[in-house]
Amino acid sequence: MEQKQTVHLTIDGAAVEAPAGTTIMEAAETLGVYVPRLCYHPELSLAGACRVCIVEVKGVPYYLASCASAVWEGMEVQTNSPEIRQARRDIIELLLDNHPVDCQTCERDGNCELQNLAYSHGVRERLFAGERKHFAREDSSRSVVRDADKCVLCGRCFRVCAEVQGVTNLSQQGRGFLTVVTPAHEARMDESVCIQCGQCINVCPTAAFLEKNHTERVWQALADPGVHVVAQVAPSIRAAIGEGFGLPPGTAATGRTVTALRRLGFDAVFDTDLGADLTIMEEAEEFVQRLEGGGVLPMLTSCSSGWINFLEKFYPELIAHASTCKSPMSMTSVLAKTYYARLKGLDPAQVFMAAVMPCVAKKYEMGRAEHAEPDGSPYTDAVLTTRELIWMIECYGIDFARLPEGEFDAPLGTATGAADLFGATGGVMEAALRTAAERLTNQPAETVDFHQVRAVEGLREAQVNLGGRLLHVAVANGLHNAKTLLEKVKRREQEYHLIEVMACPGGCIGGGGQPYPPRGVRVLDPLLLRQRASALYAIDKGKRLRKSSENPAIKQLYAEFLDRPGSEKAHELLHTTYQPATPRGIK
Amino acid sequence: MKTQPANTDNAERVMAAAQAVLPADVVAYIEQVRRGPRSESQLISVLHKVQGHYRYLGKEQLDAVAQLMQIPAAKVSGVATFYHFFRLQPQGRFVINVCLGTACYVKGAEAVVNRIRDELGIDFGQTTTDGMFTLEVSRCLGTCGLAPVVMINEQVHPKVTPDQVPALLQSYLEQTREKG
Repeated sequence: MEQKQTVHLTIDGAAVEAPAGTTIMEAAETLGVYVPRLCYHPELSLAGACRVCIVEVKGVPYYLASCASAVWEGMEVQTNSPEIRQARRDIIELLLDNHPVDCQTCERDGNCELQNLAYSHGVRERLFAGERKHFAREDSSRSVVRDADKCVLCGRCFRVCAEVQGVTNLSQQGRGFLTVVTPAHEARMDESVCIQCGQCINVCPTAAFLEKNHTERVWQALADPGVHVVAQVAPSIRAAIGEGFGLPPGTAATGRTVTALRRLGFDAVFDTDLGADLTIMEEAEEFVQRLEGGGVLPMLTSCSSGWINFLEKFYPELIAHASTCKSPMSMTSVLAKTYYARLKGLDPAQVFMAAVMPCVAKKYEMGRAEHAEPDGSPYTDAVLTTRELIWMIECYGIDFARLPEGEFDAPLGTATGAADLFGATGGVMEAALRTAAERLTNQPAETVDFHQVRAVEGLREAQVNLGGRLLHVAVANGLHNAKTLLEKVKRREQEYHLIEVMACPGGCIGGGGQPYPPRGVRVLDPLLLRQRASALYAIDKGKRLRKSSENPAIKQLYAEFLDRPGSEKAHELLHTTYQPATPRGIK
Repeated sequence: MKTQPANTDNAERVMAAAQAVLPADVVAYIEQVRRGPRSESQLISVLHKVQGHYRYLGKEQLDAVAQLMQIPAAKVSGVATFYHFFRLQPQGRFVINVCLGTACYVKGAEAVVNRIRDELGIDFGQTTTDGMFTLEVSRCLGTCGLAPVVMINEQVHPKVTPDQVPALLQSYLEQTREKG
């Protein structure tokens, strides 16, 4: 076995050992030295673009970028000196010089990495005043707004787009001062291969990428006495929203979210978990029918709208594999405007559905023609990201951390633990297996925990025994991982039965609409994602009802309204189909 | 009952459409390159061939190259927009390169440029509506002894004066008439 050589060096006078190939930045971290940085991200490839992380090395006549320089034997590194701090500050000031002076009115005010850097480096005045770039704000997309004036060309967006999502919609175009990050040909986002996952928003250190704002339409609906405003809350919101109010990551805040929404003036607060339970009933039924009736296998789950966009643009040849089930959000919205409206004697046109989602692709999904009422109006009227709801709660003067626990409203507020799992990768699979097991054996399932499908690592395959049948299942999160799996499906390398795909790393808990992490925590940090996921697993574990089929609200829904899973009525309202989309993406 | 549509594979159609956009020799070249290792490293040479044929790289051609080479379009357009040599706008039949390097400038190149602009009604980087002339600026053509220099396609014209400009342009238009 090849032994990795150990390198000895000093950093700020302290001796340190590191395996050969370690970067100066990594070696410094082992000593508790955090070299300031901007473009660097541990989950992405090295860019070395911003130069903020420079350090001095004895004998080297220029500063080295510590993120991109490997340590060597006998190296003497200095991370701090008046000169280095001055050089870093100059670099930051030069970045700021080509950046708008609008922090107070900027969406990222208070959680902007550039602003934080400028503050921590003591930039208190703007000494440079050169020419500044001017690009038009591009808001053609229904989900993602691109504002190149705020871009510092760190390259995290196009790295995440290519490396984590396998989409490569974004790239640097042009050169020099006119360099700009856009889709091919500087095309509009809505005419690009963008799959609207919003990871570019997540990793952007500034406000060069943002979600399409839906808060104004929600405020308007809330202020209108003639509108019956309802909310639904996606599973992963409860595991992440607390971070926006200083609660530790992994704090479950279901009840407080419900109370906050009520205080904001919502007439009813529903749980997307109910839609998730319903999705499972329909999806398990569809799966069993495909399994027993010789249908197209493997079946691919269809809850993640970013994934569906990816399927239509990059893998249209596999559309027949996709489940026809709408997403939990769309199912819940349909029920609010049909079943619930009828129950309350409301005209569906009076009902305004605001869905709180971890996702920006859901803003796209709500506007898809297949998710509209027969008259063309959408079933979902607004999609608020977790970030947008956090802002609304703050704006309203609600002290979230101290709120009492609230309960979701009937009839769309009761859910099982299976539904909570939807927010984490592998959750839909696990929930589906719980119900499919019963459907296949015609008896209550003993096991409900399928630890083997909890795919923390991005891609996982497992064999599960359901009623004597050995099923090969797989779970992927992050579309680059999905690509690996789908290529195996296409090559028929392995006969899969059921595949869950979530567009975002870790599933919805890592969605493009989730809170910007607190200072000191990185977005996409695997630990942060695990903490959020563990909140959901804890909720599931603590619930008495953990199989979707046990949900009394679901039973009632079928008895009163939908007949049975897979019925004609269910198909009319809860199922949909997909089509290849253009431009065709290049995998 | 809703079922997903069958026959949604559009790969062949997309590929055929891409092939139809590019000249046959470029398509053949891409196919040859694709059979070898690391074909993406040949992107620039492919773009050279496309520009050699069309004299510029249009969006349609770049998208076709992306599909045939299976390189994401954002990368192809990123490369095409990065290099100064690649042109993204159609070029005229005759590309006029006026040298504005120091020697030419001192010898009165600016007056020559102004005359060309007036005669053709275009500015640097633009092409006349009849598609005949494109006006470009150069910083030195390496023939300072001949200043001021105007290069039209491959032909170098030495010691050009503003008064010579109309006849010079006319001579190119006549070339096209002779060739038809």
